Amino acid sequence: MPQFRIPGPLRNLSGGQPVVEVQAEDLRGAIDALDGLHPGFRGRLLDDQGEPREFVNLFLNEDDVRLGDGLASKLKATDEIAIVPAVAGGA
Amino acid sequence: MPLAPFTPDQVQRYARHLILPEVGGAGQRKLLNTSVLLLGAGGLGSPAALYLAAAGVGRLGIVDFDDVDASNLQRQILHGVADLGRPKVDSAEEAIRAINPDVEVVKHSLHLNSENALDVFRPYDVIVDGTDNFPTRYLSNDAAFFRAKPLVHGAIFRFEGQMTMFEAAKGTGCYRCLFPTPPPPGAVASCAEAGVFGVLPGIIGSMMAFETIKLVLGIGETLVGRLLIFEGYDMSFRRVNLRRDPRCPLCGDEPSVKGLIDYENFCGVTAAEPSVSLAPAELAAR
Repeated sequence: MPQFRIPGPLRNLSGGQPVVEVQAEDLRGAIDALDGLHPGFRGRLLDDQGEPREFVNLFLNEDDVRLGDGLASKLKATDEIAIVPAVAGGA
Repeated sequence: MPLAPFTPDQVQRYARHLILPEVGGAGQRKLLNTSVLLLGAGGLGSPAALYLAAAGVGRLGIVDFDDVDASNLQRQILHGVADLGRPKVDSAEEAIRAINPDVEVVKHSLHLNSENALDVFRPYDVIVDGTDNFPTRYLSNDAAFFRAKPLVHGAIFRFEGQMTMFEAAKGTGCYRCLFPTPPPPGAVASCAEAGVFGVLPGIIGSMMAFETIKLVLGIGETLVGRLLIFEGYDMSFRRVNLRRDPRCPLCGDEPSVKGLIDYENFCGVTAAEPSVSLAPAELAAR
């Protein structure tokens, strides 16, 4: 099954799990499935219009979905979706 | 004009570089003739400054307007107990000189903003961004683009770090291509609230120095076009691809950002606290 890599700042939503597997054919379905398993992810990843937020990126395997097929990206069983939030700390 | 030979002290100091074929005398000379501007003398800036100095980077500029606080000492290894209350640029200068007197240190004890950034960046070859807030991230991105300077980017939060390098003026993409907009006002938590594992900036900041030196020497593959993600909790490194976004308002096909803007207004926050994007509900739960 495709799997999400959950970054540390969002692992409180996944019960601490760094990886969550989902059953889905495309990325939008995967986010729905993730939110079904662990409520709260949809609002973190998508805006009120259901589009990806611009300060939390989704990488399908190694590529930014915003520069590809977006939420319509088709998924394979071996695919990995990395959630990458904007981080600004440095001090 | 013939090049001045290395002094006996320099031959001894840089011996491990000089015998490396990838550095050698020519590479070491490049380093000695290079200038790097460090934005921040904090968690990331500390190890970056120390390693760049030890490597013999000829001129290090340091931008920081803070004084050393006891809560810094858990990770900001440029500073010590005797420096508490002193300007960070002063303690940084002393720490650098103690390692390598070859290095010229230029102190910029100021708050980087839209009025001064382009002037501050001008004389440097590479910009190393170890700042701690979104407004300064976007400011340094834009200023580096307008000055056509490579920007080494690192960011940390708790146990995780991100690192990349932008050469946006060469079409590699920029921070705005990666994150087009900052988190909205009220959706940011500070590292002061959330914490940061003290060794984490040591890892990311050291890699920033590593990549800076590779860039100067022109060796290996840099992180241009790739974002390195370090997850310290499970000790994993991942890389994802970064590309220029044709819709980017700065480096895209039809740019709308043609000069530095008001970044605190753009981000809706004050340039004070390190932050990570979090939902308001999550912040409320902290």
